[in-house]
Amino acid sequence: MVSILLAQADTNPVREFLSGRYQWDHGHYLFMYLALGLVLFMIGAVGVVVRRNPVVVFMCIELMLNAVNLTFLAFARYQPDHWVDVLGMYTQTDAAMTGQMMVIFVMAVAAAEVAVGLGIIMAIFRMRNEVDVDDMSTLKD
Amino acid sequence: MRDTPVYVFLVLALVAVASAVGVVAFKSPVRSALSLVLTFFTLALLYFNLGAQLLGISQIMVYAGAIMVLFLFVVMMLRLSGGDRVAEKTDKRLYVAIPLAIALTAVVLIKFVQPLFYMPVTKVGDDYGRPSEIGPALFTTYVWPFEIASVLLLIGVVGSIMLAKRKF
Amino acid sequence: MTDWLEGLDPFALAVIRALLLLVPILVLVPGLIWWERRLLSWMQDRIGPNRVPTLTNAKGRKYRLAGLVQTLFDGLKLFIKEDITPAAIDRKIYFIAPAVALFPAFALGGTMPFGPPEGIWKYLTPVADIDIGILFVLAISSLGVYGVVLAGYASNNKYSLMGGLRASAQLISYELAMGVSLLAIAFAAGSLKMTEFVKTQEAPLWGEFPSFQNWFIFTPFGFVAGVIFFICMVAESNRAPFDLPEAENELIAGYHTEYSSMKFAVFFMGEYAAMFVFSGIFACVFFGGYNVLPVNWGFHAAHAPFGNEAFGLADGANYWLAPAWFLGKTTFFFTVFIWLRATLPRLRYDQLMGLGWKTLLPVAVLNFCLVGVWLILEDMKGARYGWVLALAAGLLVTAVWIAIRNAMPQKTERRKVVLVDPKRAS
Repeated sequence: MVSILLAQADTNPVREFLSGRYQWDHGHYLFMYLALGLVLFMIGAVGVVVRRNPVVVFMCIELMLNAVNLTFLAFARYQPDHWVDVLGMYTQTDAAMTGQMMVIFVMAVAAAEVAVGLGIIMAIFRMRNEVDVDDMSTLKD
Repeated sequence: MRDTPVYVFLVLALVAVASAVGVVAFKSPVRSALSLVLTFFTLALLYFNLGAQLLGISQIMVYAGAIMVLFLFVVMMLRLSGGDRVAEKTDKRLYVAIPLAIALTAVVLIKFVQPLFYMPVTKVGDDYGRPSEIGPALFTTYVWPFEIASVLLLIGVVGSIMLAKRKF
Repeated sequence: MTDWLEGLDPFALAVIRALLLLVPILVLVPGLIWWERRLLSWMQDRIGPNRVPTLTNAKGRKYRLAGLVQTLFDGLKLFIKEDITPAAIDRKIYFIAPAVALFPAFALGGTMPFGPPEGIWKYLTPVADIDIGILFVLAISSLGVYGVVLAGYASNNKYSLMGGLRASAQLISYELAMGVSLLAIAFAAGSLKMTEFVKTQEAPLWGEFPSFQNWFIFTPFGFVAGVIFFICMVAESNRAPFDLPEAENELIAGYHTEYSSMKFAVFFMGEYAAMFVFSGIFACVFFGGYNVLPVNWGFHAAHAPFGNEAFGLADGANYWLAPAWFLGKTTFFFTVFIWLRATLPRLRYDQLMGLGWKTLLPVAVLNFCLVGVWLILEDMKGARYGWVLALAAGLLVTAVWIAIRNAMPQKTERRKVVLVDPKRAS
């Protein structure tokens, strides 16, 4: 299936990259940062699904949030040229600022979420004396 | 400021992916937490590579310096009270999760991200990450989200204190 | 020399700057340990190590050199001492904990300038003059928690773990007040760069007297911020009176109980290096950094009725010997660290946390608001009114706060404890 998908791609970047002298352009940097963000996000997602210790699940959620942050910043830095700007008022600096503002607020929200979530985990642990996400699936008890 | 060479990015990306895999793979939650610290540190260096200075240093201060300390606290206190007896045998879900994740990554990469490879892209100037640029924007254009975020953090503080009290 | 430095590859220049930071700290740490032991002994009415390099010449006369080599031999002892490693530890974390504790101590000096950003010193210091200089200091000091926590955890010892957790709670509590007090100074300086901090302090004193320099410690808000920052500095380096985490009679040796010989030496070295670099940052932010005295030599050289050349010479000395002045100030504040250790008793844990959260943080935040008020008033009415009104506002707020604190019911009543009854004959 992967080979079918690869065949549908426009060109094969791997072959070009291995061809020797290569001119690194900004679009390539954008691609690499996005690919890294995607891989980190997927690793975090696998972690959330597989792990049973709730603190580790939390950590994987944080990993996903950070991958998203990286994506935001990559777009803030390397902005694609062909995007629709209806009013003509949204400059490139504005777009860069927006990306960074999103990251700032994601950081703030993640901090608040971690504080409260870990408090919840400690409270549950105090009540039940053990932590296992799979066992705590019912709301009662 | 010229772009930093590619191998800087490649080294940092490799370390980030390796420590992210470490977060998921280590059995001991303390080792997972430490891997996550390394991931955050590497990500902060990547933010510096992108020119976002204020955000990079905030990443170190907030994530690696505060949030992860909180995580380590909780992990160690759970250990002290004997709460880490979760029997983490290799979960059967892993055999489904990993191929699915790889497939999903491949699809998204090839369909959505790869077209960006050849798109003409403008690199924003290096000033966008400076505190002198972010400061005015944060207090003029984005002042509403800023104030709401501070209220949210206050709610978080009050909530975590309430959760930590043993009797009200 | 300047041309050669200018022509170097920036990476090589950065390596030179990093070495110029690291090597002096490494070389000075044994001297600092000696100075601490001698000064502490004098303050405690004893002599301290003074015998170690006892040289006997041909006639049999002995020369004692004030114990200067003591630290070297102590280091050698620690090096060849038996390295006891407990059995059931987490090996990898146990071995990296000292390294993790040592890294922030040196990295803190990354944005600290020890020379003016002109001429030759521009290429030699600071290691990185980034736009976020003071935030770098805060971020690296928040990384200092990890060494303590990991050391306490890896020792597989309940007391070490408790010592580590208490130490980390103390460290993150005092980071907040430290950050807010530095924010007030950043507010007044108008930038986060450390070189800007020092440059702003070279302005006329209080906006009025151009013959003196406006070191932040002389300004009311800077004085309050300086005191708060100093207290937080002492807490961040786990020094007395905040050394509960490593107190001997409390938790054996706290988080570094199970570390012997070389690993303990690494912790020890890290603590002294951190103290030294923190003193340097305090000198840089509050006391004018590399300027020797709060005097504007250039102004005197231009406007003084007599002795213009002497002032010109002083100006030159201020520039060329800048690292020496910086080192002198840093050593002075290091001495104050030792002085505090000799004088004050250890704070109990709840007193410590109460001080950090309930006293220092509110005062730092009020100070921050005061700086805001001062800046607005300075813009509106000029420097003179700004100072007076801001000072009045600060005194008013302090008076109101003290009144409220005294009116609230005290949780622990203060009682007198008679240790020796004066009436009974002893």
